[in-house]
Amino acid sequence: MKAVVHVMLKQGVLDPQGEAVRHALGALGFKGIGAVRQGKVIELDLDRSDPEAARAEVTEMCERLLANTVIESYRIEIA
Amino acid sequence: MKAAVIVFPGSNCDRDMAVALRAAGADVTMVWHKDAALPAGVDLVAVPGGFSFGDYLRCGAIAAQSPISRAIVNHAGRGGYVLGVCNGFQVLTETRLLPGALIRNAGLRFVCRTVGLRVATTDSAFTAAYATGEVIRIPVAHHDGNYFADADTLARLEGDGRIAFTYKDNPNGAALDIAGVLSDNRRVLGMMPHPERAADPALGGSDGARLFAGLVGQFATT
Repeated sequence: MKAVVHVMLKQGVLDPQGEAVRHALGALGFKGIGAVRQGKVIELDLDRSDPEAARAEVTEMCERLLANTVIESYRIEIA
Repeated sequence: MKAAVIVFPGSNCDRDMAVALRAAGADVTMVWHKDAALPAGVDLVAVPGGFSFGDYLRCGAIAAQSPISRAIVNHAGRGGYVLGVCNGFQVLTETRLLPGALIRNAGLRFVCRTVGLRVATTDSAFTAAYATGEVIRIPVAHHDGNYFADADTLARLEGDGRIAFTYKDNPNGAALDIAGVLSDNRRVLGMMPHPERAADPALGGSDGARLFAGLVGQFATT
């Protein structure tokens, strides 16, 4: 099965890259854009069949490596 | 004093760090990141600057999982001294030896210049050779040096006098102008500026040399 991990900077943590993207979109003429936040997506192919066990394992991966929970939050999709 | 300088793939300030430590009188051993143990009797571990593992995932995140990093955490747990500079500071926050994190510079640019640093505390082996409030000149060279910590952590660092250095003119957006922080026991220092690049007058400055001289000197007298 596949796990997809979305890692984003927490609300309140400055995201200068998102801000730069917002400015660039404005320069292209796109209007009405509020905040832009940039994150990353990590796809994992897992040799697992139990979604709950997979979610527990990926949660541990996030806590120990994939996200730095001082500054980032994460969301896991199991498919 | 026995010092170990850690070498990760992508470290590029490891030899400068060794030169600065040797000039101060330390007995230096280079240690490859795949080693699981530090040399016996090491007093100080120096984690140098560079781009360990290409800054993949997050700066310092992969290096923090190297076999030697567990030994560094254990060394610190035994009351050993650890100095992390630039990428080394990022590695120390990723191992959670130091609080907070280093995020992308607020101005998005890589900043490479000599900056004024205010010595915020002299109550550590790293800063004892300076005067409180003294402004020293040390180079910075980083893209992710913007120190972040939550409000409670920042208040604790400030209240406990664990902010070692602050920027005179903040180059990266760091909270409270923080350039370097100490651990609770004041024996682990992480800093973004490079004292090893200001350790010889021939290279444009020697304000960093006092950090190494003070540190090594503490061991000579105890």
